[in-house]
Parts: sequence; C-alpha cells; structure tokens
Amino acid sequence: MPSTLFEKIWAAHQVVAETADTPAVLYVDLHLTHEVTTPQAFTMLRERGLKVRRPDRTFATMDHSTPTDTDQLFGRVPIKLVSAAKQIEQFDQNCKEFGIELLGLTHEDRGIVHIIGPELGLTQPGKTIVCGDSHTSTHGAFGALAFGIGTTEVGQVLATQCLLQRKAHSLAVNVEGALPAGVTAKDLVLAIIRKLGVSGGTGSVIEYRGSTIRALSMDERMTVCNMSIEAGARAGLVAPDETTFAYLKGRPHAPAGAAWDQALARWRTLVTDDGAVFDREIHIDATQLKPMITYGTHPGMSVAIDEAIPNLTHDVVFQKAMDYMGLTPGQHMLGQKIDAVFVGSCTNARLSDLRAAAHIMRGRQVAAGVTCLIVPGSQRIKREAEREGLDQIFIAAGAQWRESGCSMCLGMNGDLVARGAYCVSTSNRNFEGRQGIGSRTLLASPAMAAASAIAGCVADPRAMTA
Amino acid sequence: MEPIKTIRSRTVVMPGTNIDTDQIMPARFLTTTTRAGIAKHLFADWRYDRDGKPIADFILNQPAAVGCQILVAGRNIGCGSSREHAPWGLYDFGFRAVISSEIADIFKNNSLKNGLLPIVVDEATLQWLIANPGAELTIDLERCTVTLPTGTVVSFSIESFARYCLLNGVDETGYLLAQSDAIAQHEARAQ
Repeated sequence: MPSTLFEKIWAAHQVVAETADTPAVLYVDLHLTHEVTTPQAFTMLRERGLKVRRPDRTFATMDHSTPTDTDQLFGRVPIKLVSAAKQIEQFDQNCKEFGIELLGLTHEDRGIVHIIGPELGLTQPGKTIVCGDSHTSTHGAFGALAFGIGTTEVGQVLATQCLLQRKAHSLAVNVEGALPAGVTAKDLVLAIIRKLGVSGGTGSVIEYRGSTIRALSMDERMTVCNMSIEAGARAGLVAPDETTFAYLKGRPHAPAGAAWDQALARWRTLVTDDGAVFDREIHIDATQLKPMITYGTHPGMSVAIDEAIPNLTHDVVFQKAMDYMGLTPGQHMLGQKIDAVFVGSCTNARLSDLRAAAHIMRGRQVAAGVTCLIVPGSQRIKREAEREGLDQIFIAAGAQWRESGCSMCLGMNGDLVARGAYCVSTSNRNFEGRQGIGSRTLLASPAMAAASAIAGCVADPRAMTA
Repeated sequence: MEPIKTIRSRTVVMPGTNIDTDQIMPARFLTTTTRAGIAKHLFADWRYDRDGKPIADFILNQPAAVGCQILVAGRNIGCGSSREHAPWGLYDFGFRAVISSEIADIFKNNSLKNGLLPIVVDEATLQWLIANPGAELTIDLERCTVTLPTGTVVSFSIESFARYCLLNGVDETGYLLAQSDAIAQHEARAQ
C-alpha cells in the first residue's frame, strides 16, 4: 500500500504499536537538549536513580539564556543575568554527571540547537528527532520526523530513548510555481500560516510539497519547517532530495565512505509514494506571493507589504491586538515607524539570511534612533560571516554584531525590546511581550528587516535591491 | 501522582482566543531550575502592573477566582512554546482542568502529564461556559463528561492511556521503563 513519508518514518520507529488503549512507544534517534527545558528532567532522573539510556544519542548545547555580548560569553566579565548564569552552570554539571556531550558556552561549535543540529550533520533524513523546544520542527526540512516536547517527556526520553505517541494526521501543503523576485521563504511560510490559521495544523504533521518547495535551498526549507508549529502543527517535513544530500555530505556527523552510500540508498526511499493519501491537502500558488509582515499578536495576523490591515473591529481579540500593537485597522504597514530590528533566531539566522541582510545594508546606514541587532545562529556561522566580511558591513552600517544564541527572539538572556517599541524581527513569534514586556514585534524576512533598519520604518526590500 | 476521578468547581473564564504559553508563563521566568513557587508568575504580564502590583480587573486577581479549579479559555489555548512551565504554573495556582474548544498539541500533552485535564468541548458548549462565568461544573473523568449547572451533560474525549494513568495514579515514565526489553530489541534491529 502506498505510504506517505510521515507513515514510513513512523512505522520504522514504532517499538510497540499503537492500540485503542495504549499509544505507540516511539523510538527517538536523536535527542537535542538545552539549558532551559531540562533541569527538572535531570532532577527526576536523580530522584529515581535513573541513568541516561543513550548518551550517544543525546546532544547538548546552550542557546536560550546565553549572553550575546562577547565579554560576558567568554567570561571576561560576569554574566549580567544571575538566574541565567546559574541555569547555564547547572546544565554544565548535569551534562557532566550524566555523560552527555555538550557544546558549552565557549565551544566553537555552539549555537542555536536547531541551527547546529543540521550544521553538524546530526540531523539526517528518516531520523526521529525531539527536543524540549517547539521549533524542533525545523529539522523536518531534512525529511526527519522532528517535534517539540515538554520537560516530562525530556525526562522520559533521557531515561528510555522513547516517547508515548498517538499517530498524528497528515496534511499536505502543496506549493507550486516560482517565488517572485524579492519574495523569500519567510514570506512563503507567513502566507502558509495565514492561510492555515494558527491552529489549522493542530494534530497534524505537515508535508511541504510541490515545485516551489523542491526549488528551495536547505536554509529556506528550514525556515519553512521551523514555523510549522506557528500553524499549530506537530511537525513539518520536506522529502529529502539531491539538495538535502549535497548539504549533508562531508558534515562532521554525516556518514562517510561506504556508510554514506548505504545511507544515501536508504534516504532515497524516503518519499511519499504515488497514490498515498493525506488526511487533508491545501494548495498555494507561489507566483502570487509578496513580501509579508505581521501586524498583530500571533503569526497568523500578517499582510502583504502593499496590503492594509483588515478591519475586524467586531472581534474583541482583534481589537485587543490592535490596542496592544498601537496600530489602526485599514492602515498600511509600509512606512510604520520602528525602533528596533532583530536579525536572528532559529528561523532566520543562517549564513544565507545574514547575506540577504548584508546585501541591503552594504554601504548604507541604520536610521537614527533604530537599534539593530544581528545575531548569527551559531559560532560557525559567525566565523563564516566574518570570513566573508559581513560583520564589517553590519558594523559600518551601525548595527551590532553579536555572539550566537536565541537572543531577542524571546529575550531570556536580557536582549530585550523596550516597552511600546516596534521591532521588525526575523524570528517566529509576535506574541504580546515576546521580546520584552510591552514590546511590539513585526515578523518579516531578513531582507525586509534590513531594509526597515535603513529606512527607520517598515520598508519594502524590493525597492532597495532593484 | 494522585488519582483524579472527579473535579467539582466553579469556573474562571478567559474568553480570548489563542492564549499562548508566553502569556501563561513569560519567558523571563524560565531560567528557574525547579518548579517551586511558579504560580506567582502565572499570567504575570496580564496580572501585575509595571510596579508589580496586582491589576484589579484581571480575572485571576478577583475574589471570585479564589479556589476555582477549572479554567475556561477561548479556542486554541496553549499555542506556541513547548514550555511545560505553563501547565506547571496553572496547576500550582490551583487549576485541575482547562476547558476550550481547541487545545494546542504540546500544551495538551504537557497538561496530561501533570494532572491538569485538557478538556475539549464543542463550540456551543464553550460559548455557554464563556457566557456563564463562575458556573459550577462537575467533571467526571471515568465517564468523560462535564455536567453543567443546567443539568446538561457534555461528553468529551481524552487520550485513553493518559486517562487510565490519571484515574489510577499510574506513572507514564514507569510504564515506559517497563518496555526496556522491547526497546533493546528495537535498538538491535535498527543498528
């Protein structure tokens, strides 16, 4: 019987099959961990006298609470946030005690967990990957079944390498046609979320399909899969292909030699068979898309750059969002004055994202009164960007060039947007207070963020690259 | 874990849709390494003003909310971040059930693992509950029903194994640990 890609990965990882009374016991190939969602899980292991079943399948880094200030990161001055410093210290101890490989604070390969997994070749087609972080969906770009879990589940995976899971529904998002010039993967995924709604994917695993998806680079596929959770989906998948294999070949943890050839033969079977049926399908015409930006307090509240904010004032939640954002129905986002720009996060902090921002900022100046933070996704990306001289472009433009981490996406490390301030951000969530109490987040692509930093207001990047 | 069979309580109603876990537990409180005292940060940015004083208008600061074990929320509560700190905060505050017409996946999972019942009801029932804040409800986990003060009985579905664990105080992690042989066989096969 023809199967979907999701069904193939699911079937290969069922330790105990699902019944009416019990969920499946699902095997986890790769468990990614970080400092924020693990402390209470390690406490559980200690209380029960348990060990980590497969330290070799567990991988750790630090990203959420880590400073992006160079002096703090390298210990020349103390980490300002005492609670963050304590959490980092405890994670270090937990990894030592339980024998887990950790890319610690000053490690040259450290970075955002969803950036370094792929970068180091840990993320591979057909794997099941979990992490105590909802953006684990990013790894689905490689045809891995990857999803976020809570801390109790982190403890369960540490102890057993397994999870109890009910099989999700399948949802095909079919995207056809070439993206118009100046329209990016971020614009595409914002358009998908707008179409699905922020709970449209609940209970489902999305497979992104079609000619548009096939034409995307791995960086772009990661941006799309990353935000699957913003449509409520458990996970997002793209079937692996030559683009995937070319990205992985030669990465530190990718198979090599004969093992590479064997892996490749296996990976080539990871496609949805002709005739396989999805529970639901939607279709998107990529040729009609434009640069997108959010105006509200969830990622589904977005408009194309030339479109007005809708007028839904009969809806109290919409009105509350408008009040919070200080915006008016009917208004256009283009020209909206801004105070901050953040280029970073697991959504858009890869080398190609930094190049896109640098392309626009080269030889230009960040507008007076705008704070612009550029935070690479990993220390590797930071070094590569510096080799290309991107850091010099940013610094010359008046932007701040930082050490890698989650940073201003959620402000856990103290990189915050001020109360009432507008920030064009390449991150994934525009929830109330996400970037700091009272902060107003406008989600957009790296190109639009850079263009807006220069203009001092929301700007169409196409006008600056023409 | 304590077995749960029935919950009888008045409701607290937060009618907004898409209440995300960043609202339930803002990120700056996630640097904690324990679960202790987490209730004081629940809905912190809606609950306290800039000086840290309780905002009288906010529902959880009102006398009617004291002792309520059931939170009724607009569609799609718990969306966004996977932080288990959100259900920990709700539980620690005293809630034992969250009712909505749609509950986000990870939040639902996390709630089930912490003795906080995620109950999905039809939109009409949700609208009745929103229109009747403080209604005294009986949730019967054995029968999977919610009884309204009008006498109307509404059924809900809940994942069967999680329900079994909650009813009997059975620990899921213990169940997984008992699968050790099957896990070892899978590992041998998959090598």
